[in-house]
Amino acid sequence: MTEVSETRLAQPNRKAKRRFKKEYLWGYSFVAAPILGFLLFAFIPIGYSVFVSFTKYDAFNPPEVIGAENYARLLFEDPLFWKSLVNTFYAAVGIPIGMAVALAIAIALNQKIVGIKYFRTVFFLPTICSVVALTLLWKWIFNADYGLLNYLLSLINVEGPAWLNDYRWAMPSMIIQGVWAGLGFHMILYLAALQGVSSTLYEAAEIDGAGSWKKFRYITIPGISPTTLFILITAIIGALQDFVRFMIMTEGGPEYSTMTVVYYLFLNAFRYMDMGYASAMAWMLGILIMIITLINFWLSRRWVHYE
Amino acid sequence: MNKNRMFGRISAYVFLICGSIFMLLPFAWMISTSLKQEGKVFEYPVRWIPNPVEWGNYLTVLTEAPLIGGLMNTLIIILPPMFIGLLTSALAAYAFAKLRFPGRDFLFMMMLATMTIPGVVTMIPTFILFKTIGWLDSWNPLMIPGMFGSAACVFFLRQYFRTIPSELEDAAKMDGLNPFGVFVRVILPLSKPALAAQAIFGFIGGYNDFMGPLIYINSPEKFTLQLVLASFQGYYVSNWTLIMAGSVLALIPTVILFFFAQRYFVEGITMSGMKG
Repeated sequence: MTEVSETRLAQPNRKAKRRFKKEYLWGYSFVAAPILGFLLFAFIPIGYSVFVSFTKYDAFNPPEVIGAENYARLLFEDPLFWKSLVNTFYAAVGIPIGMAVALAIAIALNQKIVGIKYFRTVFFLPTICSVVALTLLWKWIFNADYGLLNYLLSLINVEGPAWLNDYRWAMPSMIIQGVWAGLGFHMILYLAALQGVSSTLYEAAEIDGAGSWKKFRYITIPGISPTTLFILITAIIGALQDFVRFMIMTEGGPEYSTMTVVYYLFLNAFRYMDMGYASAMAWMLGILIMIITLINFWLSRRWVHYE
Repeated sequence: MNKNRMFGRISAYVFLICGSIFMLLPFAWMISTSLKQEGKVFEYPVRWIPNPVEWGNYLTVLTEAPLIGGLMNTLIIILPPMFIGLLTSALAAYAFAKLRFPGRDFLFMMMLATMTIPGVVTMIPTFILFKTIGWLDSWNPLMIPGMFGSAACVFFLRQYFRTIPSELEDAAKMDGLNPFGVFVRVILPLSKPALAAQAIFGFIGGYNDFMGPLIYINSPEKFTLQLVLASFQGYYVSNWTLIMAGSVLALIPTVILFFFAQRYFVEGITMSGMKG
């Protein structure tokens, strides 16, 4: 009696097992391409780059191991690296400004506005446009003598600075351009987040007599905090690696006032062919990015609320 | 309360209209400049509607600069990897979402981890890799890696596939379809919006890519559109009419694509942003 029932039970089990084993093969073959790509274009290169960072390597002659010399040079002998690091953080000032403006636009758009599609498209436009074209455009806007910005300022009797040619104004110019170009992307994310905040919370707060500021402070801000964290992290990672704009608009000048870490790294790697040194720099920056991201996550436990 | 709401609505409009002027003015200036005669660019006060309108700038840029050739190169470089990469990503996403195999979650996490590695770190070693195998100054470095799929795309599609009810797959399995059959007959047809969103992201990203071509391509005849455009700076030095005309032309394809596929685009972004 018991034996019969056991074999009966075992039968479909074995079948299921066989089917499961077949599923293994399908599964592995389906994920093979991205995993192989990961090994070839991420895992192996990353490992190799650790090695290169301890060598002197010009990409033509074989790499020559020099120990931690590159790192020592970065930390103690290269003021330009430190300057570029400071500049990179200076450029990141644009992040909170951009986030605040993007949130303001999203809130305005969230009030059943007529023409929401028009506004959404207009703010989003720069996001889909080529960085090269937009950078060329802004270089012309910032032109000291004939540019749009100084013309507009002249209309209100302000004499504009030389923007990109003035070491004090070059970085603020880049920040303005960056905020303009990045607004739309963050606006869309915030708009989606705002629409996800449950309206019953607002209704309940209204019954309790909460004004708009209180509703904003105690319902909206916590409600969209996961999106704020997401934007913050991706924006910081992006800003620390930003350089195409700088390369085209200022080439790091004037007086290295817009030299960013990645542009400096790029120059070292592909202009001066100092791959070892550039790799060490990449690792310093990479580790810095990871540390900042971890700190972000850690701090976020205090202010991010998940439902 | 009502007065308050009215005030809020009006200030929202004022804010948005001012904001949209701030966003559009640069583009208006770009188009205006592109239609001016060379000498008239430096006129003060600024004349928004050029007189005369110089359409010839566009003709000059199109005939004298290798813009069309650059566009063709760009399309050749981005379209095949876009489709193949989408297919490989979708297959992997399906396996990660629906199939069971040992190590699945580990492999998935490992792939996600690649998304957190700053691109700077892999830039130099991949350059060395492609130099070693003799791919410099060829399109291979720009085409081949994309064909293996991308972690971001796998992640996005996996999230989407998970929302597809498994009853549909079970029914297909009863009919004797193997996982590949289920993928082609059930999953793909149901995922058109997600695939479209990813295809559009891929296209716009590839079209606008500047870094990759900059590092790998040297010969002008292999330049992508973005490289051609960037080379305008040295070429036309301060001939802003021609530089702006070229820039306008370079923006047209993605802007048109965006207008037609706006819905997918916005959905794609909000989905990836919310899942953070």
